[in-house]
Amino acid sequence: METTKEVVINAEPFVVNIGPVHPSTHGVFRMRTTLDGEVIVDMEPVFGYLHRGIEKLAEERTYTGCIPLTDRLDYLASMSNNLAYCLAVEKLAGIAVPERAEYLRVIMAELQRIASHLIAVGSFLNDCGAFVTPIMYMFREREKIVDLFDMVSGQRLTYNYVRVGGVSQDVPEEFIPALEKFLKEMPGWIDEYDQLLKENEILLARAKGVGVLPKELAINISASGPVLRASGVKWDIRKADPYSIYDRFEFDIPTGAAGDCYDRYRVRIEEMRQSLRILEQAMKDLPEGEVRSEVPHLIRPPVGEAYGHIEAPKGELGFYLVSDNSIAPYRFHVRAPTLINLTALSDMMRGWKVADLIIIFGSIDICLAEVDR
Amino acid sequence: MKFERYGIGIAKGLRVTIRHLLRRPITTQYPEQRLNTSRRIRGNELIWDKEKCTGCATCAKTCPQGSIHIVTSVSIEENKYKVEKFEVDHGYCIFCGLCVEACPYEALFMGYAYERARYRRGELVLAKEGLLASEERKPSGYAHPEIAATLPKQSLLLDKDRGKR
Amino acid sequence: MATAWLPPDWPGNFWAHWAIFAVISIVFVLLMFMVFVWVERRAMGIMQARLGPNRAGPFGILQPAADGLKVLLKEDIVPAKGDKVVHWLAPVVAVVPVLLIFAVVPFQGGALLVDLNIGILYIVAISSVTTVGVFMAGWASNNKYSLLGAMRQVASVVSYEIPVVLSIVGVILLAGSLSMQQIVMAQDIPFILLQPLGFLLFFIGALAEINRAPFDLMEADSEIVAGFHIEYSGMKFALFYLVEYGEALAISAIVTTLFLGGWRGPLLPPWLWFLVKVGIVFFVIVWIRTTVPRVRIDQLMALAWKFLFPLALLNLLITAVEILVWPAVSLWVMVPINIAVMIVLVLLWSRFFKLGWGKVEV
Repeated sequence: METTKEVVINAEPFVVNIGPVHPSTHGVFRMRTTLDGEVIVDMEPVFGYLHRGIEKLAEERTYTGCIPLTDRLDYLASMSNNLAYCLAVEKLAGIAVPERAEYLRVIMAELQRIASHLIAVGSFLNDCGAFVTPIMYMFREREKIVDLFDMVSGQRLTYNYVRVGGVSQDVPEEFIPALEKFLKEMPGWIDEYDQLLKENEILLARAKGVGVLPKELAINISASGPVLRASGVKWDIRKADPYSIYDRFEFDIPTGAAGDCYDRYRVRIEEMRQSLRILEQAMKDLPEGEVRSEVPHLIRPPVGEAYGHIEAPKGELGFYLVSDNSIAPYRFHVRAPTLINLTALSDMMRGWKVADLIIIFGSIDICLAEVDR
Repeated sequence: MKFERYGIGIAKGLRVTIRHLLRRPITTQYPEQRLNTSRRIRGNELIWDKEKCTGCATCAKTCPQGSIHIVTSVSIEENKYKVEKFEVDHGYCIFCGLCVEACPYEALFMGYAYERARYRRGELVLAKEGLLASEERKPSGYAHPEIAATLPKQSLLLDKDRGKR
Repeated sequence: MATAWLPPDWPGNFWAHWAIFAVISIVFVLLMFMVFVWVERRAMGIMQARLGPNRAGPFGILQPAADGLKVLLKEDIVPAKGDKVVHWLAPVVAVVPVLLIFAVVPFQGGALLVDLNIGILYIVAISSVTTVGVFMAGWASNNKYSLLGAMRQVASVVSYEIPVVLSIVGVILLAGSLSMQQIVMAQDIPFILLQPLGFLLFFIGALAEINRAPFDLMEADSEIVAGFHIEYSGMKFALFYLVEYGEALAISAIVTTLFLGGWRGPLLPPWLWFLVKVGIVFFVIVWIRTTVPRVRIDQLMALAWKFLFPLALLNLLITAVEILVWPAVSLWVMVPINIAVMIVLVLLWSRFFKLGWGKVEV
């Protein structure tokens, strides 16, 4: 007679805190992951470490004084933030923008898109482990763009350039030749990035098929930007609800098929190429004229509300403004694209390993200043 | 992972990296070599022109942070405001330049220098005499095209990086 | 005594020979370690469009010395609950085998500490002791992530030993002897041409053993485990750093001796040829580190067992068949045959190779 002893191996999942300060940091972001060995069972994002109360601060500043605040939302794409806010105020107050200012805004927005995607792709590739080589190369190109912005607005990170009713000042005369030189060289540099890492087998092994965001889920959580387009949805606000003068330009919208990390990386590289196309067309057609329409010093819009949204590099950035006919907004709300994109993180990460967690997190490209406002 | 390209991808990447050995690095050795900043740089200080200022305090009302403090009194003899106190707290200032754009008499300038750090926070608060232009405190061309025309050209990385593929 | 300098196989004066070469070996390792650290940082910097360190001394030559000085002055922290003796012993156990490897590496014809007739076997045996040191470090730190990192490293080293050793056996078959000196003497044609597949396997396997990119997940800073040396500071950390670069130097020296022809070459003095070849191999290691991203742990293991190991067996089989069946044919005929075989095998194997199990259902 034998008695079989049942051996129960009690392997419980344990909670690991990938803390607010972690090495592949895209800001102060905490992930409470439940791990079963190496496999991720659940992930809970905890953010709010960078909350500065921008929406409340904006209620105490005039409409023009809020523009430096919007600079500091997604500090890597400052021109786009300014543009979205000014579009909302112009909708609210019914202010028209002169032609030259529209073209200048488009040029700045597309240059900003290239600069932001360079950082996004560079840090994604750095998380994959290619030491810092991609970052160094991409920061070299970003430095050229930032030099151009420095020439126009006087600063390198928080530009404060786009104003209600136009832009703040005209571009100096050395801007256009420098921009032409940049446009001539940039496609060659993007080709070099492709040569460096597009077909690298190890990158394909680590990023293809990893962190898939299915199409229905992406639409249901109202994701936007490259994250949505990589999942196969062809939705871009520049084509779906054109603002400014985007309906005059010819460009394509790159989409991916699978919605994995590799597709998000490819979509961003292709968007950079399309931005170069728009820039060439805008630069060719740049008209003469004034750059700012006559706007009172303290804008006092009529009572009402407006929502102005643009296709920022990270997604759909929108500003919802409510005015009560005073010099400061009554309610100022930011629809932050990265906050909404990261609600799908735990679904994307389930079933993968810890090493993939970093890659998936890097591929959705969040900027904590925008998530936390 | 299937080696979809049989190692060619890695070989292409290696080629890119080795080509960089033959290009000049783009680093600027900071204290010895300094680049020319933009002509419109919103440098780390504010410069005030005492003659042109009338004490209207438009700059103080425009400042989003409230870092400009102005106290004026009426001067009957000269028939204008006398500016008693014009104080700028550079610690609160975010160097956005809205005050410079707003001044109707063009009496405010942004600074051209950027190496303006101080050891004590109190030294960042500058009052009337400390805000005037001088040899170390040069004005920049932000919102002042006449000054921008006199400043040296900005050094661009586009001109320096002559890497050929 | 003017001829006392070359070639120094001094009959009779055993102790002098031993003393001089022991000193030369250790000085060589430490000096080349510093040179290699400098080369890596400068070369990697220039390949990334920036300069490397250039402030400490002209062209930053004194940078490794400055780093060493800084590390010496740091506080030595020992975890309170860890095993203190093991914690202290681990760096020692890890460093000493690296220095011992250079006892059998020939710098010049006859210029080596001892010409063991089992040279390469000695190297394979000694280099495995380093792994014990690494595991001791992981254990003694009383930190579950450090233990995890150390276990991963031990698993990867053990997996990659086999393809490495099998490729070495291919070389031994061609040379007919285990002694390093004999292997160099047998290379009228450098073995990299006769054993291209063996070279490839050895190089990839060696990169995995010494934990360099693309297999450096142990010291990767982008994951929650920072490796087995997470709790080490001060001079002990410097010793682990020495282990890493010392092993890179050792691998370069072994690759030079086994596959590139050691110190043989036309014009320059032989020890200079040796240094040049070691330098070239190390530069290739740095070049790969700059370019290639990292693999994941399960992909690492799958690469070893499913890709390298069968290819190593096939390589051994083909080499043995060639030697047995055509012993008299000139070796130059073998070169194109072997290169063709390598290309065919690598392509064929890559088609059928699938790695990792991807997403797990939870």
